[in-house]
Amino acid sequence: MSPAILLLLALGLGLAGWLVARGRAQAFASQSGGRIAARPSYHGWYAALWIALPVTIFIVIWSVVSPQLVMAHVLASPEASVLPEFGMKRQSLISEARAVATGSATTVFNPEARQLIGPFEDALTRYNWIGLALTLIIALAGAAWAFLRLKPDFTARTRVEKAVMTGLLLASLVAILTTLGIVVSLVFETIRFFGMVNPIDFLFGTHWGPDPMANPDNPDPTRYGAIPLFWGTIYIGAIIAMIVALPLGLMSAIYLTQYASPRWRKVLKPALEVLAGVPTVVYGYFAALTVAPFIRDLAVSVGISNASSESALAAGMVMGVMIIPFVSSMADDSIAAVPQAMRDGSLALGATTNETIRRVLVPAALPGIVAGIMLAVSRAIGETMIVVMAAGAAANLSANPLEAMTTVTFQIVAMLTGEGSFDHPATLSAFALGFVLFLVTLALNFIALRVVKRFREAYE
Amino acid sequence: MSEQAITAPTRTEAFEARLKKRYASERRFKAMGLGAILVSVFILVFLLGTMTFNGIAGFQRAELAVPMDFGEAGISLDPSIADEKDKFRSLEGQGLREVVQFFAEQELGAEGAAELSPQAWRVAADEIVADPSLLRQQTTLWLPATDDLATAYSGDGQADLQPLAQQLAGEGKLSDNFDPGFFSRSDATDPQQVGIWGALKGSILTMIVTLLLAFPIGVLAALYLEEYAPKNRWTDIIEVSINNLAAVPSIIFGLLGLAVFLWIFPNFRSAPLIGGMTLALMTMPVIVISGRNAIKAVPPSIRDGAMALGASPVQVVFHHVLPLALPGILTGTIIGMARALGETAPLLMIGMRAFVATPPDGFTSPATVLPVQIFLWSDEIDRGFVERTSAAIIVLLIFLLVMNGLAIYLRNRFEKTW
Repeated sequence: MSPAILLLLALGLGLAGWLVARGRAQAFASQSGGRIAARPSYHGWYAALWIALPVTIFIVIWSVVSPQLVMAHVLASPEASVLPEFGMKRQSLISEARAVATGSATTVFNPEARQLIGPFEDALTRYNWIGLALTLIIALAGAAWAFLRLKPDFTARTRVEKAVMTGLLLASLVAILTTLGIVVSLVFETIRFFGMVNPIDFLFGTHWGPDPMANPDNPDPTRYGAIPLFWGTIYIGAIIAMIVALPLGLMSAIYLTQYASPRWRKVLKPALEVLAGVPTVVYGYFAALTVAPFIRDLAVSVGISNASSESALAAGMVMGVMIIPFVSSMADDSIAAVPQAMRDGSLALGATTNETIRRVLVPAALPGIVAGIMLAVSRAIGETMIVVMAAGAAANLSANPLEAMTTVTFQIVAMLTGEGSFDHPATLSAFALGFVLFLVTLALNFIALRVVKRFREAYE
Repeated sequence: MSEQAITAPTRTEAFEARLKKRYASERRFKAMGLGAILVSVFILVFLLGTMTFNGIAGFQRAELAVPMDFGEAGISLDPSIADEKDKFRSLEGQGLREVVQFFAEQELGAEGAAELSPQAWRVAADEIVADPSLLRQQTTLWLPATDDLATAYSGDGQADLQPLAQQLAGEGKLSDNFDPGFFSRSDATDPQQVGIWGALKGSILTMIVTLLLAFPIGVLAALYLEEYAPKNRWTDIIEVSINNLAAVPSIIFGLLGLAVFLWIFPNFRSAPLIGGMTLALMTMPVIVISGRNAIKAVPPSIRDGAMALGASPVQVVFHHVLPLALPGILTGTIIGMARALGETAPLLMIGMRAFVATPPDGFTSPATVLPVQIFLWSDEIDRGFVERTSAAIIVLLIFLLVMNGLAIYLRNRFEKTW
C-alpha cells in the first residue's frame, strides 16, 4: 500500500466524516428549531480534522518506518543467510529483490537475489496489511472521538479555528526548522570534518587537492588548504563579476530613472529583468560554449599561448551579466528614494543633469547602492552552475584572469557528486565549504540590511 | 553690441568654454547610460540568438530515406495482440531488424546502410504499430542515420564519411528532418536518439511536489505573520529566518536535502519527491515574502467591516482577506516556481544527475529534470549534443517565458488600488 493510496484513503474517510457530521448537526438544528452553537459545516470540519489529521501524521511516520520494518523482516528470514556480509553486492542483491517484489522490475539480474523475492513479498504484504489496518483503526478512533462530542451546544467553530491557528503557526515555524536544519546539518558534518583535518590547515592552507581515494583514516592535512578556493571565489564573484556588473548595472539604473522617457523605460526595464530570469545553467552553457573559447582565441591571437579554455575571466564576465539586473534594480530603488527636492534644488542652481546625478543623487543614494552591491556579491559567490561549467577544477592561487580557477561552490559539487563515501574527509570537506559559504553570504546580507536600515532613517 | 552687454556680463569666453565642456560631458554621460543598457540588452539578444541559432538544428535530425516493401518481406502483425510492447516484440521476432537492414542495403549500398542507426528498425516498428496497413504496401520511411554520418553531413567530423554524406544528400536520400521524437523520447548515449520527455516529466513531477508543499505552507505562514502574529521575540525570529532563507545560496539547500531528506528516505535518491521537497524549502520564503506584501495591500476597512458584522478572526481572513490577496500571492508563487524550475545546483546535490533513460513513472522513481538534463548534455563531447542542448534550452526558456508572462498578466489583470 503506497503512501499516496493511504493518503487518498485518509482524504476519503475525512470527507465521509465531514458529510456524516454535518448531517448530524443539521438534524440537531431541525430538532432544536435552528438554535445550535455552531453552523453544521463546522461540525463537519471538526470531524474531518479528527479523522484526517491523525491518519496523515501516521502515514508520514509509517512511510519512513515501514521500509525499515520490511528490511528487518527480510534480514531475519532464513533465506537472508546467503547474503554477503557487507558492501556493494549485498546492497545490489537487496535492491534487485525489492524491485521485483514491488513490481517495478520483472526479473532479477543476479540469480542469488531470486530467493530473496519470496521473503520480500511476504514482508511487503504483511506490512501493507498492518499499515492499512492501523490507518483504519486510527481513523475510526478519531471519528468516534469526534462524534461522541457532537451535541447541539457543542462549539465546533472555536475548536476548528483553534486547529486552523495551530496550522498557521506550524507553517510559519517551517522557516525556523529549515534554518535550523541547514545549520545543524552543516555544523554536524563540519565538526566531523574538523575531527579529521585541523581547521587551521583548512582555513589557511594554500594547497587544495583532496584525494577521494586516499585512506580516510589518515588524511593529509596539507591537501585541504582552502585559501585557493576562497581566492577563486572572491576573484570571480566579487572582482571580475563586479567589474562587469557595477558600471553596466549602475549606469542602466541611472539612465532608466533619470533620462529614459516613460515609454522607453517600459520597454527596457522588462528586457533587463529577462536577464535575471534566465536559468544559471543556461548562463553556464553560454559561458562554456561561446564566451570561454572566444576569450581563449582572443588571448592566443594577442600572443598569450598558454591561455586555457576554462578561465576565471569567462566565468566572471558571464556571472557579471547575470548580476546586472540585480544591481540595477537595487540602484534604481535607492535612487528613486532620494527626495525629489534634492534633485530639484541642484537643477535650480544650474547644475546639469549629470552633475546632479554624480554630485547629489548618487552620494545620497550611496548606502542603498552599497547594500545592493553587497547583496549582489553574496549572490555571485553562492552561484554554482556558471562556475561549474566554465571556471575549471584547478585550484590556482593566481591573479591571471585567463587561468582556470576553482571556487567554493564548484568544489562542493565536485566533492559530492564523485564516488567517495560519506565518511571520507574529501566528501565531508564539501560540508565545511558549504558552512563557510553560508556564514559569508549570511554576513553580507545582514550587513547589507543594516546599511539600508540606517540609510532610510536619514530621510525620515 | 548692446544686446551682448545686456544678456551676460558673466558670459566671458572662459565661461562659454566651460559651459560647452559641461554640456559635452552631459551628453557623454547620457550616452554612457544608454550604452550600458544597450550593451545589456545586446548580450541578452546575443545569448538568445546563439541558443536559437544552435537549437533550431537540435529539433532536427539527419535521416535516410529507405523505400520498403513489407509485402515482399512477409512480416505480419497479429491483430489479436493488444499490448504495444508485445506487438513490438512480435515484429522483432519476425526479423524486422534484418528486413530493414536488407532494404537499406538495396537502396543505399553496403556503405550507406552501415550508417543507418542501429535503432532505426525501432522507428520502423513504431510506424507499423501505429499503422498496420503499412505491412501491405510499398512505402518510404525516413530512418535516423548514425551520429557519425549526421556530423559528417553537417560538415565536420570524420573526413572519410563526408563524400558519402554529400553523395547521399545529393541523391535526396539524406536530409535533416524535423524530429518530433525529440519531445517524446528520453536520455540516450547517441545524440540522434535523445529526447527531452523524460526530463520534462521529471520537471513536472518535481514542480508538483514543490507547489503542493511550498504554496500552502508559504500562504499560511504569510497569513500568520501578517494577520495574527503577536509582536514578540518568537515572531521576530521567524521573520528574520524567512528573510535569511530567501538569500541563502541554492546549493546550501542542496546540502540540506542531502543531509536531511536523503538520511530520512535513503531509498529515494534522485526521486522527484526529494527534489521537490528541497526546492519547496527554497521557494517557500519567496511565496511568504510576496504573500505578505499582497496581504498588506488589502485595506483594513475590509477587515473592520467583516469584524463589525460578527465574523471571527479566522473567518475575516479566510473569507475576505485571502480571496482579495490571492492574485498577488499567485503572482509571487509563479515567480518562485519559475525560479525553482530553472534551478540546477541543489538537484545535483541530491543525486538527480544520473543517466535516466526512461521517463519516471511516479514521484519516487529515479528522474532527472530539464536544467540538469541540459547540464548533463553540455558535458558530452559529441558535437551532436551541442545542438540538442540548445534545443532543450529553448524549451526551458519558453516554459519560463510563459510562466513569467502569466505572472505579469495576473498582476496587470488583478492589480487593484483601493
